[in-house]
Amino acid sequence: MRLTLRVWRQAGPDEDGRLVDYAVDDVSPDMSFLEMLDVLNERLVLDGEEPIAFDHDCREGICGMCGMMINGVAHGPERATTTCQLHMRHFSDGDVVVIEPWRARAFPVIRDLVVDRGAFDRIIEAGGYITAPTGSAPDAHAIPIPKPDADKAFEAAACIGCGACVAACPNGSGMLFTAAKATHLGLLPQGQPERHSRAVDMLATHDALDFGGCTNAGECAPACPKGIPLESIARLNRDVLRATVSGAHKPR
Amino acid sequence: MAVTGGAMFLFVIGHMAGNLKVLFGPEAFNEHPKWLRSIGEGLLGHGGFVWIARVGLLLSLVLHMTAAIQLARRARTARPARYQHRRPVQGSYAARTMRWGGVIIALFLVYHLMDLTAGWLNPVGDLENPYGNVTADFRHWYVSLTYAVAIVTLGFHIRHGVWSALQTLGASNGARQRVLRGVALGVAVAICAGFLAVPFSVLTGLVK
Repeated sequence: MRLTLRVWRQAGPDEDGRLVDYAVDDVSPDMSFLEMLDVLNERLVLDGEEPIAFDHDCREGICGMCGMMINGVAHGPERATTTCQLHMRHFSDGDVVVIEPWRARAFPVIRDLVVDRGAFDRIIEAGGYITAPTGSAPDAHAIPIPKPDADKAFEAAACIGCGACVAACPNGSGMLFTAAKATHLGLLPQGQPERHSRAVDMLATHDALDFGGCTNAGECAPACPKGIPLESIARLNRDVLRATVSGAHKPR
Repeated sequence: MAVTGGAMFLFVIGHMAGNLKVLFGPEAFNEHPKWLRSIGEGLLGHGGFVWIARVGLLLSLVLHMTAAIQLARRARTARPARYQHRRPVQGSYAARTMRWGGVIIALFLVYHLMDLTAGWLNPVGDLENPYGNVTADFRHWYVSLTYAVAIVTLGFHIRHGVWSALQTLGASNGARQRVLRGVALGVAVAICAGFLAVPFSVLTGLVK
């Protein structure tokens, strides 16, 4: 396959960026999207040009490092698929593929397609923990957990923090991420002591970091490579509402 | 947004019910505002209920618009650099048109109050005879068209608004999500149909 890649090139955080066209020949349909970029980068290096910077790590869809807007869709056209797991067979010969970094004030571009997602770490710091006894590991199944709760918590725990929800959101909101993290711990018995303060604190941190406000536009969930459902946001809202009405997040 | 929108949503339902009295003739329709003013007359005085409702609705409207402007400004701050190439993936048409739809509804509201509450823009403008005002209005095709556009915009606004409010207030969950979306759509269609019944009846001669 022959493709034309229109890639966002930006030399540094404060530099101006622009889209640059690259013709890539002999793209194999079996390549992953990142492997195609590797091939292009090797050519650029041989030609003495600066290779395209992009984040990647595990390349098996579980680390959350990779992620880019491919033709205006976070992680490209395949549902529930990270960029590294996206294969070139989903494109056709002669396609023009526009590749841009996530765009959000909270995710400043470091270089080309690499953005700083440290803002997600700030949200995690605000409530992504439980009070747990340290020491030896507790017995498995020492605390009974209803199966449906365990399933929902696991579904939310699948969030890899890639930032696609923020990138896809017309408001630049990180509610799906925040909701996934709050749901993950808030549904389990171990997460109950901080359940309400977690919801309130994580949301307050989210808002303070210049993420936009959620209007339930519903763009995030279809973009999520892990299929985190939109209902997580309702669950976070419910906990925040209950906490603010009853003061459950403050010491008694 | 959810709470103030909910208050205005309840008003819209009541307003629609009142409008439908036009189908039962001039006496029934003209009696309706008199009845509204007599609610709780003993305690609130004549027209007291109407004024309380007006203050409450105005307050809801101002807070609703304030929240909408804040959200729009936050959204703009949150994405200073726009995408060069962007395609809406999933979001419904209703969700994407909430802001401009709200502006259209607000403009229509101004016209609507000047037309039928104050009577300034009405061809008849007799405040003692709302039935005459309404029927005179809708005989003009452009008034009916403006009204229809505003009502359909309101329908889209309610379609996303009802669902979004339930989500914001935490009422939705995985099992209920599909049902709630259906309810929001059904309510929006019912409201559109209820409001459009009036100009339809006038234009087709069902109501003279």
